[in-house]
Amino acid sequence: MPNDTSVEIRSLTRRFGSVAAVDDVSLDIRRGEFFSLLGPSGCGKTTLLRMIGGFELPSAGTIRINGTDMTRTPPYERPVNMVFQHYALFPHLTVEENVAFGLRYKKVAPAEQGRIVAGALALLQLAGFEKRRPHQLSGGQRQRVALARALALEPEVLLLDEPLGALDQKLRKEVQVELKHLQRSLGITFVFVTHDQEEALTMSDRIAVMNRGRVEQVAEAAGVFERPATEFVANFMGASNFFAARVTEASTESVALALAAGGVVRLPLAGAPYRAGEEVRFVVRPEKLNLRARDLSERGVPTVAVSVEDRVYQGASTVYVVRDERGGRFVVSEQNEKPFEEGSKFAVGDRAFLCWHARHAVMLPKAGEGA
Amino acid sequence: MKSGQAAKGGRTAYGLLLPTWLTLGLLFLLPLTVLLVISFGQRGTYGGLRPIGDLGHYLAAGAFLANYQRSLEPIYLQIYWRSLWMAVLTTALCLAISYPVAYYVAVSAPVRRRNLLLGLVVVPFWTSFLVRTYAWMFILRTEGLINHLLLGSGLISQPLELLYNNAAVMIGLVYGELPFMILPLYASLEKLDLSLLEASADLGAGRASTFRRVTVPMTMPGIVAGIILVFVPSLGQFIVSDLLGGAKTILAGNLIQNQFAVARNKPFGSAVAFELVVGVLLLLFAYAVYTRRRGEEVLL
Repeated sequence: MPNDTSVEIRSLTRRFGSVAAVDDVSLDIRRGEFFSLLGPSGCGKTTLLRMIGGFELPSAGTIRINGTDMTRTPPYERPVNMVFQHYALFPHLTVEENVAFGLRYKKVAPAEQGRIVAGALALLQLAGFEKRRPHQLSGGQRQRVALARALALEPEVLLLDEPLGALDQKLRKEVQVELKHLQRSLGITFVFVTHDQEEALTMSDRIAVMNRGRVEQVAEAAGVFERPATEFVANFMGASNFFAARVTEASTESVALALAAGGVVRLPLAGAPYRAGEEVRFVVRPEKLNLRARDLSERGVPTVAVSVEDRVYQGASTVYVVRDERGGRFVVSEQNEKPFEEGSKFAVGDRAFLCWHARHAVMLPKAGEGA
Repeated sequence: MKSGQAAKGGRTAYGLLLPTWLTLGLLFLLPLTVLLVISFGQRGTYGGLRPIGDLGHYLAAGAFLANYQRSLEPIYLQIYWRSLWMAVLTTALCLAISYPVAYYVAVSAPVRRRNLLLGLVVVPFWTSFLVRTYAWMFILRTEGLINHLLLGSGLISQPLELLYNNAAVMIGLVYGELPFMILPLYASLEKLDLSLLEASADLGAGRASTFRRVTVPMTMPGIVAGIILVFVPSLGQFIVSDLLGGAKTILAGNLIQNQFAVARNKPFGSAVAFELVVGVLLLLFAYAVYTRRRGEEVLL
């Protein structure tokens, strides 16, 4: 096992009755990285996190933390701390007492405890709130107390269960940045659970996208966003433009595809295992699609003829919903008023040509589910 | 305009409080006042009140305090003392037995079984307390259930004297008061946020530590309510000690009941009863002062 692995998860499964909440998951979370478990509710991300914390015992598989098998170790003996979804601050204790709660179990001398608590409170800008009770704090302050309480124990790994869910939109954005800064400066491994893809993208070094108890893809933020490995990931990351095509020609560098909607596309795919005659699907992100008045297929640009069905102005961008002749629905997001470039302005009902750059098409695995 | 509305709001608030004040006044303060007045009187020949000839002289001579004077004689002090420690012990035993039960029902048991279990706690209320106490006599007496079983199994050759002692009274008291401890404990345990227990474990606290530092403080309202609900009635109990205790286990409740029903000395009975009420109120008051001084919420 490489020495830089913080949490090593092997074939981890947790069944509730006949349902597998977490189904044969294997992951390596590296030391000092900001790792996110991303997925819709019920995908098993919280159960996975709770198993790392020791609150849930796996039905099968192992968890090693810093190289030590901790699959069945109780939470109070793990070098791991958790920031709970609703913070779980002790309402009968002051901020100070909350933060100091765990120190006695680490055999910290009382004088030292005061110093650590003051340090943790200062780190999270909570100085002056020592004597307050949790109910006298705002949501953001409570969230910081929960962080201070967990960080005061200097855990090897910090687990965060949707800790920003209770904050309002604006505060959330601020805290995302702060949290990322904090993680980077402390160098502690963060395992962060969220259902918000934007949040995961903003903060994570790497993201594991989960669905139905399984990990669909583990990659860096850009990888998950731009090169989704499965149709589920593509959909979940908001890239719902799926194109069906048949392989007409396959070489070691590229494949030529005949689009079901008409037209031929050549994609650069090094070493792609495709054969002529195969049915395939690929996806293009809405921002990578473009609407043009002229057909560009002559120039080798992938193009599909469409009609504009809906147009939604969203401030920085405009979203067009278009349909091809066979009824396929696509979403195009165009930036408004790009400098040095004339924005394409189409009205509902207009005929247009949907085009994109060949390298922005991401092939999906052949055994994908129906769209 | 505004102040008029405020005044009207104030009147409405008083109006809404009226039923409470009426209930308290008619059912608590009024009888208590009657009790107090009677306690200053003296027993008549046939059990009634002896008419007071010269009120001025009666008061000046201190005759109105005669009952209170008598109530402080050693023989009675012994009874109060026994009542007090038996009530304390009953409360402590009830708490020790009820906490695990309430914890199991509120936290550990499957949710769908919770109502059934709670129902079982309440079921005894469907039978008169007197009848249930008689049932204990049949269980404990020399020819009773326990002795029958022990003799039958050959564990003992002579029946055990289980009835008519302090232990029997204790069993009866604890048995009778148990639901009044379980229910408030259940109510506060049921509201316990289990993620707090997880947070405690996460921060390094073992089970015992979590119980002491989180579970107990979080359920303190239920504990206090249970203690009051059990302690106060056990202090005035007389049925249990009457039926299960012998002559040596007379409690304050028996003393009072005897004065009214047997000795027909209402003034003396009233004086002891009034002392008991004042004693309980003083204890509650002391508790309220104590919690307020510690800056905590007063749970009364």
